[in-house]
Amino acid sequence: MKEFKYLSPESVEDAISLYGQHSETSKFVAGGTDVIVKLKEGWMEPDFLISLKKIKELSDLHKNEATKELSIGALVTHATLEKSLMIQNRYPIIYDAVSNIGSLQVRNVGTIGGNLINAVPSADGAVPMIALDGVALLHGPDGERSVEVKDLFIKPYVTVLKPGEILKKITIPPQEANTGSAYIKFGRRAAMELPLIGIGVLLTLDTDQKTCTKARIVLGVAAPTPMRAFEAEKSLVGQKINEEILVKAGQIAADESKVRDSVRGKAWHRKEMIKVHVRRMGLKCLDIIKKQS
Amino acid sequence: MEKLQITLNINGKDQALLVQPNDTLLEVLRDELDLTGSKESCSEGICGSCTIQMDGKPVRSCLTLAMEAQGTKIKTVEGLANGDELSNLQQSFIDHGAVQCGICTPGMLMSADALLSETLNPDDTTIRQALSGNICRCTGYSKIVEAVAHAGKPEKSCPDCQTKE
Repeated sequence: MKEFKYLSPESVEDAISLYGQHSETSKFVAGGTDVIVKLKEGWMEPDFLISLKKIKELSDLHKNEATKELSIGALVTHATLEKSLMIQNRYPIIYDAVSNIGSLQVRNVGTIGGNLINAVPSADGAVPMIALDGVALLHGPDGERSVEVKDLFIKPYVTVLKPGEILKKITIPPQEANTGSAYIKFGRRAAMELPLIGIGVLLTLDTDQKTCTKARIVLGVAAPTPMRAFEAEKSLVGQKINEEILVKAGQIAADESKVRDSVRGKAWHRKEMIKVHVRRMGLKCLDIIKKQS
Repeated sequence: MEKLQITLNINGKDQALLVQPNDTLLEVLRDELDLTGSKESCSEGICGSCTIQMDGKPVRSCLTLAMEAQGTKIKTVEGLANGDELSNLQQSFIDHGAVQCGICTPGMLMSADALLSETLNPDDTTIRQALSGNICRCTGYSKIVEAVAHAGKPEKSCPDCQTKE
């Protein structure tokens, strides 16, 4: 690892100002499970490593009981989300996604913000944040701005963050009644795996508990960035949801995807698995909604 | 580059150290403190052989900067035994033949120790999940899982081992 100076500011403002003093040669680090590997491999060679760990507000996880908004600080670890009963019960799609990232040792340290900003096509954490219509709050030299998580990614390893900008938190708007959500990381083994394909589905049903009023189908590793399958979502809204309709939505999502052959899997296999798992995750959503009522 | 003075709490003792900002905790443990139980294998957070505990939670010491370990309670495999007396978990690994080449063992022990400190009598699935970030290329895992299960409920008579009287 190349030598660097380690800085650990205690406020977002200080972090941004430190970055400003050495903007060409600074890198921010959160949990470090990706950054430290990049430093070791020489893919990143900063003169100043600015740790965000001491900024307390970034580790805040809470639900505002008045607005019903969920606020997830960028430095909240995967393990914290995984162990939260509120997440397990109210946001199963987040639990499904973060409980299978890396290993326990990585989840104890790795953060949801780091998972997003690292911006790999396979980021498990990105799928639920997009499916839940999450909004990222960014803070930089020019102040704060909000970006929907679905618009955060430009291409692999690249986000809309400008130099010196920090992801502060992700806000999840209140969930409507009769909403179910689920994610599956489809891979070859049960642990220490990157997804061959990641599939997240969120469904909201009308009071009749049959007609779909909102659908989100979000795919990981299906394109250079995590993507929403808009056409597949449209095919569900206004319909009475059953297995047949979900099979069709799976087909549309597979057609919409931009999957490719890679060392980890073939495009045709990924498409087949999108079909299978859009259906399965859709059925799981229905199950969750049924259990809630 | 200039070295910085830090204090790390390791196995219950405060240690004053001179480190460089780019030293990993694993390098400091092994090279500065001679705590060579923790092993470096893949060096990129996959294999688990460098697993130690920070505030009771298993983490990868190869992906942790020594600077970032300040203010935490660090426990390494050397902190498991009480002097010459092995912990139940360590003894169970021996009794169940859970050690072959030994490279993964310190990491396995630290993950298992963290599990047992918060879960009573973990079942097979729970143990396998807790150890899923530790790779072993010798044992096929069965003996390790048995050893952890036994350490979780040592009172039960166990046909697989000869527990010392």
